[in-house]
Order: sequence, then C-alpha cells, then structure tokens
Amino acid sequence: MKKILRINMSDLTAKIEEVPAAYAGLGGRALTSTIVAAEVPPTCHPLGPNNKLVFAPGLLTGTMAANSGRFSCGAKSPLTGGIKECSAGGTAGRQLANFNYFAVIIEGQPKEDKWYRIHITNDGATIEQETELVGKWNFELIAALEARLGKKPGLMMCGPAGEMKMALANISVKDSDGHIRSFGRGGLGGVMGSKKIKFISVADDGGSRAEIAEPEKFKAAAKVFAKALLDHPVSGQGLPTYGTAILVNILNEAGGLPTRNFTSGQFEGHDKISGETLHDTIVARGGKPKHGCTAGCVIQCSQVYNDEKGDYVTSGFEYETIWGLGADCCIDNLDEIALTDHMMDDLGVDSIETAVMFAVAMEAGVLPFGDGKGLLRILKEEVGKGTPLGRLLGGGTAAVGRAFGMPRVPVVKGQAIPAYDPRSVKGIGITYATTTMGADHTAGYTIATNILNVGGHIDPLKKDGQVELSRNLQIATAAIDSTGMCIFIAFPALDIPECLQALIDMINARYGLALTGDDVVALGKRTLKTEHQFNLAAGMNENDDRLPEFFNLEPVAPHMATWDFSPKEIDEFWNF
Amino acid sequence: MRFMNINVKLFANFRLGRFTAATREYPAGTTVVDIVRSLQIPESEIGIIMVDNKHGEAQDQLQEGANLSLFPLVGGG
Repeated sequence: MKKILRINMSDLTAKIEEVPAAYAGLGGRALTSTIVAAEVPPTCHPLGPNNKLVFAPGLLTGTMAANSGRFSCGAKSPLTGGIKECSAGGTAGRQLANFNYFAVIIEGQPKEDKWYRIHITNDGATIEQETELVGKWNFELIAALEARLGKKPGLMMCGPAGEMKMALANISVKDSDGHIRSFGRGGLGGVMGSKKIKFISVADDGGSRAEIAEPEKFKAAAKVFAKALLDHPVSGQGLPTYGTAILVNILNEAGGLPTRNFTSGQFEGHDKISGETLHDTIVARGGKPKHGCTAGCVIQCSQVYNDEKGDYVTSGFEYETIWGLGADCCIDNLDEIALTDHMMDDLGVDSIETAVMFAVAMEAGVLPFGDGKGLLRILKEEVGKGTPLGRLLGGGTAAVGRAFGMPRVPVVKGQAIPAYDPRSVKGIGITYATTTMGADHTAGYTIATNILNVGGHIDPLKKDGQVELSRNLQIATAAIDSTGMCIFIAFPALDIPECLQALIDMINARYGLALTGDDVVALGKRTLKTEHQFNLAAGMNENDDRLPEFFNLEPVAPHMATWDFSPKEIDEFWNF
Repeated sequence: MRFMNINVKLFANFRLGRFTAATREYPAGTTVVDIVRSLQIPESEIGIIMVDNKHGEAQDQLQEGANLSLFPLVGGG
C-alpha cells in the first residue's frame, strides 16, 4: 500500500492512511506543496496549531537511480508568511521511502509545555516525551542519539534555534558520516519547535527496497542517466573537483559577487576564499575534496574541510556560505568561515539567512565588517543563548533591517537574497522576485545560462530573455524537486537530451506509467500555480514579487548596473 | 607588427602547469582563441570567456590592456 503517515501532536497519536487517488503521481515538492495547500489554512499563524510540517521523499528516492537520495519538507514559512519547500540530503529520505511512506504529515500542537521525540518504523510511529536531550546543540544530540539508537537510524533534528522558534532556524538531517545536511531556508526549524518535537528518528530496517513496476526498463534508463551525469563536464568533472565554491571567482569576474552588504559586485579578498584556494587547502590538510550528501551520488560536489591539525571542522561547505560570510560580511579567512559553518550546523540555522543578516548587522554597527571572531562569539553567546540581541538577530535579515532603520536590506518576501547580485545577473533577479519561495536561487537557477553557458547563453546584463529563462527553469525545477533528484542533474539535463528522457523513463518504469516530457512540464506548472494560489490566499499580491528599492537606485560596480525591470515586465512571469 | 599587452587570468584546473595571472604581449588583432591556443588549452575545454568582466566569445578581437579571464566548464549552486 502507498502510505501516508499522519502524526498528531495535539493528542500524540499516529496513523497510517492510504495515499488518495488525487495524489497519484506526486512526490517530493509536488506532494508537500499539494498537501500544505490542501490542509493548511493560508492565513494561519505559522507557529500555531494549524500549520503542518510535511516530509515527502521524491518519486525516485530509495531506488538505485544515481543522485536520487534527496527528500522534501514543506509548511507555511514563519519567515516569508507564504508556502515553503526545502530539499535535503542525508539518510532519512531513503529510509522513509523504504517504508513506502509517500508523505509524513505532522499536525497539531501539544498543549502542555513538554517536548517529544518521534520514532518512525514501517508500522507507524511512537511519540514519547523527551527530557534529557532538550536544549542540546545538534552535534551533541547526534552523539547522544547514536549511543541510544546506534548509528544507522536516520535523524531529523530541531536545534536550539528551532527550540527558540527563531526565523533563522532550520531542520537538520544526519548524513551517513554523522554530519549534517539541512532543510535550510524559511525557518522550518521553528515550525518543528512550535510542535515541540526535539527530534525524529527513522528506523533503518524493516522495510523493503522500493518496488519497481518494470525493473529491466528501470535499470536500462538508470544506466543512461548515470552516464549522462558522468559525461557532462559540470556534473562529471567541475563539481566533483572544485565543488560549488568555484563560483566565487566566476561571480567576482562577472561583477556579480554581492560584497559588503550588496554595495559592490566584486570583493578584494576573493582569492582567499575562492574554490581554488578551498580545494588546495582541503588537499593539503587531508580533508576530502569530493563527497556526496547521499548514498548513490555520482557528482560528489560536497567536501570535508579540516583545520591545520587535520581535524574535522565542517562539511557541506558551500558557495553560498563562503560568499555570505566571505564577500558579503568581508571575512576573508576560510578557517573562520569554516568554524562558523560548523557552528551554524550545530545551532541549526540557515547559513544564507544568517550570513546576509550579519552583513546588515555589520552595516548597522553591531560589529565591524570582516570581524570573523566577533561573529562567532555573537552566534554562540547571543543567538545560541537567546539573549535579547540574539533573539533580534535570530529574527533574520528583514527584522534586523527594521530594528536598525536600514533601507539597504536585501530580501524578497522577507527571505534573504543569495549569492548573485540581481543588478548584474538579471535572470536570477527575476527568479528572486517571482518564485513562491521568497528570494531563492535554486528555484530557477538562471546562473546556469546567464553565467555558466549551460543550456546556451543569455547576457546577464540585459533584460532580454530573462523572464522566459526564469520561467522555464522554475517550471523544470519544480518538477525535478518532486523526483528526489539532486538539482545538479539539471546541468546535464539542460545539455544532453538523453538525460532528461532517461529521468522520465525511470519514473515511468518505477510506477508503470507512460509520462511524456509534456506531462513533466505540466507537473511543474501545476506545482507552481498551487504554491502561488496559497501565497495569494495568505495575503500576498504582485507587490511581493518585487526587489528592494535600493537595487533600482544604487548602481553596482564594476558594471554600474541597476535593477531596471518594471512591475509589468516582472508580472509577465505568471503568464502560463 | 604592432604588439599589445593583454592581462590573462586563468581559473580552476587551467592554472595547473600554467599560471594564475600574467600580463603578456600579443600581436595586435589577437583573438581570444589565439590566446587559448597559445596556452595549449584544448578549445573544447573552454567553459566561460570573460573580457573586461563581460562574457566574450572565442572570435572576439582584443584591445590593448584588455583583461581576459578563462574558465573551464564548472558549475555550482
């Protein structure tokens, strides 16, 4: 039976339901967004009893397809006030898929001031009071739970930031090394905290591998797919060798690297924080220059970073984090950035929101630009301990901007803008403005075509073609986000036609369907429209599909570019 | 024959066995692909060409003092 596990935190019960016919063909983001739109009142308070936290493996999660280990988490976001979907690696997605859970829906809210742990098995879930581990930071939590449960069960964790329901809070997922991947953006950790769940463990045994309807057809398609991933220079060579941080120098050269709270497009210290320097440092210190966030990943874009003594500092040390703390906060020291990345994992906060927030705080005078040690202290002693300053900073970039009376606050729908300046990379500006997720670069990654020459080239400094580019990518991404595939398969999928066909063939062989490319596009469109409808009902309108005014007023060096799309031009996005 | 100075910057694995940044003299009218070939970089490996911080193409002719940046095919997120 295709199962949905429904957990009620008001009466502390769990039950298994059959996936309704209306949800056939949905997984990952398509399923979390459909369930949130169907079951969560759009005007509810995100931290109240009516919000729901929905986990959903992708359509291919749990199969032997390469790069299919990811899963989704959705809810109404405490940060944006709109719908949110996050995607993460780690082990729990595959484990949920092995039990044939298409979704885990957590609803309600405990009335008493008690915390709980949830354990999920093939037969359902147990909900028990947790006292010992409440308040623990994530790495200590993992150590304690591995001692309790062994190393194999998957874990989804609410760190201290989530316990305090900070808008920065993420949900942390354990990977097979005992390190952390994240459902990062939009404050989902606060939703988990509002339901007083400290952690969710998922058994590693007792299920069976996903039943494939047509095994031979699946295996053949999986082979074509894996070969395309390895053949494409980005997924096969560039990403495994240099990881995502290679973008530091690329964006710096292109003049689109947001620096010193988005006041310049180039950073003087870029060389100290570049992907090339990161690679050389990792190798010199015996870390891992390539590393996969899930089993079955052939791209291995991630890495393990050690200190000078060769001891583990952090992993999943990505471009966004290095850019945010490096160029945006001007901390030109990889070791300080790595320690901060580790602490953000430990506290359970989104590295993008936290970094962009700190750059605004620096401009406001809370601490100097470039003060890496000061940032670490504030994160640990103020944010981590929930002091009044910590609580204010924990409210995120927009909250800090408002508290200090600053107009230069780079957010859309209340969520911090990531590592590409929209003035000099105009396609990503359209994505930031229009995606239902708030400022989100992965939702429609036009960088591929604006900067990296993948899927053709569209000049990043001109308005021509950007709306159509962002629209096509957002539709395709919404579909890929529903499969459990890592988004980086998009690089070969954009350039190698057999790759996309093989993905469709795998979905068909898995479920005994006959989907075409048009069906996949239709799934993406439907998902975006479902999300858009939710946001409108939640009180958003076209004025929320805009970039902050300063992008129009302040030209950014070296191109002296401004954001010059009219509202009408932006609103063209939704004409589909 | 007139010559011009071009500032060449190499990134990622293009640096291996070559250099990170160098200013070199080239004949007037030199194109991007001429420089790529002179550095013995296989043309098929070129991912991104930037001239003075803007995307360029292989056949672009360079001017005195131009900054040329060459990247292999890499990606990110």
